[in-house]
Order: sequence, then structure tokens, then C-alpha cells
Amino acid sequence: MIRKSRLVFGSVTLGVAAVLAAILLISHVWRENPLPAMALGGPFRLASANGGIVDSEQLRGHPYGVFFGFTHCPEVCPTTLYEMSQTLGELGDQAKDFRLFMITVDPERDTAALLKEYVGNFDPRMEGLVPTPEELKAVAKSFRAYYDKQPTSDGSYTMNHTAMVYLMDRDGRFVTVIPYGDTPEGRLEKVRRLLGQG
Amino acid sequence: MRLVKEFAIATALTIAAGLSIASGHAHEVKIGDLEIIHPWSRQPLPAARVGAGFFVIANEGKTDDRLIKATAAISDNVQIHEMAMEDGVMKMKELTGGLVIPAGSTVELKPGSYHIMFMDLKERPVEGTAFEGTLTFEKAGTVSVTYEVEAPDAGMN
Repeated sequence: MIRKSRLVFGSVTLGVAAVLAAILLISHVWRENPLPAMALGGPFRLASANGGIVDSEQLRGHPYGVFFGFTHCPEVCPTTLYEMSQTLGELGDQAKDFRLFMITVDPERDTAALLKEYVGNFDPRMEGLVPTPEELKAVAKSFRAYYDKQPTSDGSYTMNHTAMVYLMDRDGRFVTVIPYGDTPEGRLEKVRRLLGQG
Repeated sequence: MRLVKEFAIATALTIAAGLSIASGHAHEVKIGDLEIIHPWSRQPLPAARVGAGFFVIANEGKTDDRLIKATAAISDNVQIHEMAMEDGVMKMKELTGGLVIPAGSTVELKPGSYHIMFMDLKERPVEGTAFEGTLTFEKAGTVSVTYEVEAPDAGMN
């Protein structure tokens, strides 16, 4: 009886220890390298909500961030815009070369004028991009970003979409992501790290 | 990886919810066994055509109830939605069957979770003002609520 309970106790302890070790390891790996080095983000040429074209080739020398969103978005997109403008505000001139692009996943409803107004009041470094449906498909694929339409009862729709900011270095290479819900310190640290590179 | 991410998001949302409750002054209404605490909304971004409403519902009764309908002065198209993050993807779902409020428990409508969705805004709510709405429950019936409009970034990190 005693031996059996010891055995049970022993294996439970071992189990708990294994789980704890796994959590520590995973959190360590996550912190060090949120996404293992991947070739995320390909070259793109997309219409800017401010007029003209943004060509990733012409972004050489500028570290930049990209996120996917839409203006009928109640939560994630405004939050991302506010949080990133706060981060850029704090970095000030340190991030003067940095650019942040919001690519709409709802080109059907998001016109350039609408997106310009939506993004425009935040920070001059932030800019909306309005792809055609085909361009959207290609750019989302290159970032491995997901989006799809969710029908609503009124015959309209809302969108599901990947909610994170991809950070790209001065050479257009993917560095890391700012996950949705990251802390102000986490955001600051990641953008600082990005600016310090290259 | 997923676990840590989810924990971080959960923590952020808990803090956000706490801030949002602290920032406005609490106001509540009662209908039957239900208490609706601090309905609030955010001033939407320029050009935004949607808004969201949040509150806490406490069911002090012995039977479950269900929020089945919401109306608001600012929109003729009001829906009950659930937002969830799954593997970095924001997923939005309309709760066409309504939202169950279990007996003896509290359901929180808050940023990043359940919320009332005001579609096709007729007018844009402005920070510091308030707008009227109603909530209809399967058992308790219909109650009028007043949403207080907070800053566009209320309850964010």
C-alpha cells in the first residue's frame, strides 16, 4: 500500500516536473525566437491609400512593419493602430526611418479614401495599402497570413484574419512578429531590436 | 509556444477588462434576476462604420437565461458577436442563437471577447456622451440600457 502510493506520488512528481520543464523550454524558445527563421514576406507592389504605389524594393533601408486588417474591424485593428502609434511615439526620432503598413483584407469595402481616413490620424509613419483581391491573395500568402469572410445574419459579412505585426528589417527580411496582445514593453523591445539591426 | 502566447493574451485581456471597468463610473440596471453592469462603448476611429458595446451581466437567479437581441439608437443593425484569437488569427462569430447567461454566474462582454456589434453606424458615438439601447432576454424580457462612450483607446494596453 505504502509502496504503491509512493510510486503514484513519484510518478505524479515526475509528471509535474516534466510539464514544468516543457513550459520553461517552450517559453524560452518563444522569447528567443517567436517564429523560427522563415522566409516570410515576398516582394510586393501595392496601391497606397495616400496615393501612389508602395514597392517593397523601394523600402530598402527602411525597417518596416506589416499587418492585415479592415475598417469594419471592431477591435483588433483599432487596437493595433493605437498600440503601434504609442510605440512609435515613444521611440520618436529613433524610429524615423520606420514605416508601418496596414494591408486591408477587405478590398471590396475598403476604398483608398476610407483607409486613408482610418489610418491617417495616427502617425505619418503609418499608411494603409489597398490591394486588389488578387494582390491580396499573393501578399497574404507570402506572409502566411490568413483571412476569410464570415457571413452575418443581415446578409453582410465580417472578416477573420491574422492579427499580428510582422517586422521586416532594412533589407526586407522578416525578423519577428509582435503578437496581438503583446505588452507595451514587448512591442518597444521588438521594434528597438529591429532598428538596431543592419 | 501556443500556451505561452495564450497566457500572455489572457493576461493582457484581464488587465484591459480591469482598466475599462475602472475608467468609467459604474452604472447598472436590473431586470428580474439579471443585473447589467456598466454598459460602455468606444468612440470609433474616423471612417469606421462599426462600433462595439460592452457590459457585465450577472444572473442571480436559479435558471439560465439568454441574451437574444440588442438594439441601439446609433445603429439599425445590432448583432451579438464573439471574438476569439486562435493561433494568431482573429476570429469573429455572430452568435445567432444568442448568448447564454448561466444561473448564478456572470458573463462579461469585453474587448477581445463577447461584445455587442453596432453595424452600419447611423451616427458616430463621441467620447463623453452616451447613447440608448435595449437588451432582450429570453426569460427576463427587454430592458433599456445607456452606453457610456469612452475614449477610442479605452481598455487597451
